[in-house]
Amino acid sequence: MGILKRITEWATSPWGQSVPIHVAWFLIWVAGIAGLLFLVVHVIYVRYFAPAEEFAGSVSPALAAELPRQVPRHSLAARLFHWIMAASMFILLFTAFLPKVGVQFNWVTYHWIAGSVLTVSIVFHVIHASFWLDFWAIWPDRADMVDAWRRVRRFMGRPAPPPRKFAKYPLENKLYHGAIIATGLSAIGTGVFMMSRVHTIFFPRNPYLFSDMTWGLMYVLHGLAGIGLIALVMMHVYFAVRPEKLDITKSMVFGTMKREFYLKHYDPQRWAVEVSQPGSNRTDREA
Amino acid sequence: MSVIRDVMPAFDLVQPRSVNDAQRLLQQYGADAWIMAGGLDSFDWLKDRIKQPKVLVDLSGIEELRGIRPTGDGLEIGALTTLTEIVKHPAIREKYGLLAEAAELIASPQIRNQGTIGGNVSQDARCWYYRAGWPCYRAGGNICYADTPEGRNREHAILHAERCVAVNPSDSAPALITLDAKFVMRTPKGERVVDAEDYFIGPEIDITRLHILRPGDLLTAIRIPSTWAGARFYFEKVRDRNVWDFALMNVASAMQVSGNTIQRIRMAVNGAAARPLRLKGVEDAVRGKSATPATGEMAGKLAVEGAIPLQFNAYKIPLMRNLVKRAIGGVEEATWAF
Repeated sequence: MGILKRITEWATSPWGQSVPIHVAWFLIWVAGIAGLLFLVVHVIYVRYFAPAEEFAGSVSPALAAELPRQVPRHSLAARLFHWIMAASMFILLFTAFLPKVGVQFNWVTYHWIAGSVLTVSIVFHVIHASFWLDFWAIWPDRADMVDAWRRVRRFMGRPAPPPRKFAKYPLENKLYHGAIIATGLSAIGTGVFMMSRVHTIFFPRNPYLFSDMTWGLMYVLHGLAGIGLIALVMMHVYFAVRPEKLDITKSMVFGTMKREFYLKHYDPQRWAVEVSQPGSNRTDREA
Repeated sequence: MSVIRDVMPAFDLVQPRSVNDAQRLLQQYGADAWIMAGGLDSFDWLKDRIKQPKVLVDLSGIEELRGIRPTGDGLEIGALTTLTEIVKHPAIREKYGLLAEAAELIASPQIRNQGTIGGNVSQDARCWYYRAGWPCYRAGGNICYADTPEGRNREHAILHAERCVAVNPSDSAPALITLDAKFVMRTPKGERVVDAEDYFIGPEIDITRLHILRPGDLLTAIRIPSTWAGARFYFEKVRDRNVWDFALMNVASAMQVSGNTIQRIRMAVNGAAARPLRLKGVEDAVRGKSATPATGEMAGKLAVEGAIPLQFNAYKIPLMRNLVKRAIGGVEEATWAF
C-alpha cells in the first residue's frame, strides 16, 4: 500500500472509510518529464552512439523486381482507424489533463464523447484485425525474441550474428502496441463505468453502481492509464517525426511505402507483400 | 465522521494593513492562504475543521477596501464594505435601490453588520454534503452525494448542473449582474476588471470554485456604472424562513420602460444553478413588449427551458417561472401558477 498511498489521493467517505479518490496529479508532470527525458536520451543515442543498421540476409533481385514501386502497407480502413483513434486520444488527453494544470474549460462533455469514439473505434479495430488483417502480425514471435537477443549482444560488444530484417512490425512496434493495449483498455474499461457517474446519452446516471472503494480504485486505474498514455503518446509522436521513420509515418497517411525502404528494412519472408496484377485492387489481407 | 466542533485548527494569522501587503502575502502563501473578510463563511469552515488553511489572511484591517465612493460614472464599493452600509447608503438607495433591497434581504441584521459585499459574492456553496466535509466533486473527489436517488437536494440546481449540483447562495450577486457591475481584482499580473456575470463560474469550468478568484487573487472593489441608475427595479427572494435564511431562489431585474413598453432590461436569478444566471434569452424576448403579466408569463416559461429537476427540487421550476413572471409583469397583477 505504500507506493499506492504516495501516488494517489485519499479521502474519508461518509461512512468513515478511507478511500482513494484519484491519482496524485503531480504524476502528470512525472509522465511529461519522463517522456521528454526519453526523447532527449534517444536523440543523443541515435546521434552519437547508435551503430549503423545491419541485417542478415538479402532479397533476391528477382523478387525485388516483382515488387511495385510503392509497397502497400496499411489499408484505408486501418488508416482511418488509426487517425480516428489518434484524434480521440489527443482530445481525451487534453480534456483530461489541461484542467488539472490550470487551463479551465468545460471538459467533461468533450471527454466522454471522445472516449465513446475511441471505444467504438477500438471495437472496430479488434474485429477488423481479427477477421480482415493478419491478427498475429502485431504480436511478438520467436524470431523477434531471437533477433532481440542478437541485437542486445551486439550492442554490448558480444559476438552475435546480425538480426534478420523485420516482419511487418519491428519488435519495438509490437511492444509499444502491447503497452497501448494495456493502458488503453484500462482507460476504456474504467471510463465506460465512469460514464455512469456523469450525464451522458448512454446510461441513466448511477453513482452507486460500486462501493466507494471500488469506484476509487477505478478512478485511480483510469488516472494511471491516462498518465501512462501521456508518455506513450509523446514517444509515438516523436518516432513518427524522426527522419528515418518518416516513410513509416507516410505509409499511415498514403497507405504505401517506397520499395527501397521496404527492401532495406523488411524481410519478404516475414512480411510477404501480395504483388497485385496490373489493374487489380489490393485487399485488406496484405495490411 | 468525527468532527470537533468549535475548535479551530491551528493556523498563522496575518493581518495586512494595505492591499499591497495583502497581495504580497497572498502570493507568498498561494493555495495555503485563506482569505477572511467578515468571517461569516470562514468561521463555519474553520470551526468544523473542514478547511484547514496554514495561513489566515484577515483583511479586516485594510481601510482602503472599505467605503462607497462616487466615480465619474456611478459608484465604487470597497469589497470590505458591510452589507448594512450598502443598505443604508443614500446614493445606493436612491439610484441603485435593487442592490439595497437585495442586501437588506441577506441573512439577519447582525450578519449584515459584519458581512461584507466581497464576502457575500465570494462565499462558498451551502450544499450540506460539501459543508460536512464529504469527498464530493466540489471538495476534489469524484461523486456528488446530492445528485443521487436518495440525496437530499431540495435546495440544489435545476439548470447547468455538471456533476456538482450545488447552487450559488449569494443574494447580492444577481442584483450586481443586473446593474452591470464590474468586479475589480488584484491578481499577480495586475489589476483585472471583469463583468459581474463573468466573476461567477459553474462546475463545467472549475468544479471546486464558485468564482474566478485563484490563489493569490484579491477582490478589491465592485463598480456600479450609472447605466441602470433609477431604472424600474424588482428583487424577490424566496426562502423557507423569512426571518433569516438562504434563498431557495431569488430574481433581480432592471427595466427602462417607455409608457409600459420595455425599452431595455437586464435580469438575473440565483439559486437555480452553480452560478447566478443572467437571463439573456428572456431579456431579448421581452424587449419592446409591454411589461404585463402576459409578457411575464411568456418570459417565465422561456426562463425555465432546459431545466432538469432532481429528486426533491422540482418545485424550483414553477418557482423560477413565477419569479421571472412577477419581475416583469409586476406582483399585483401576477398570480402564481404551478
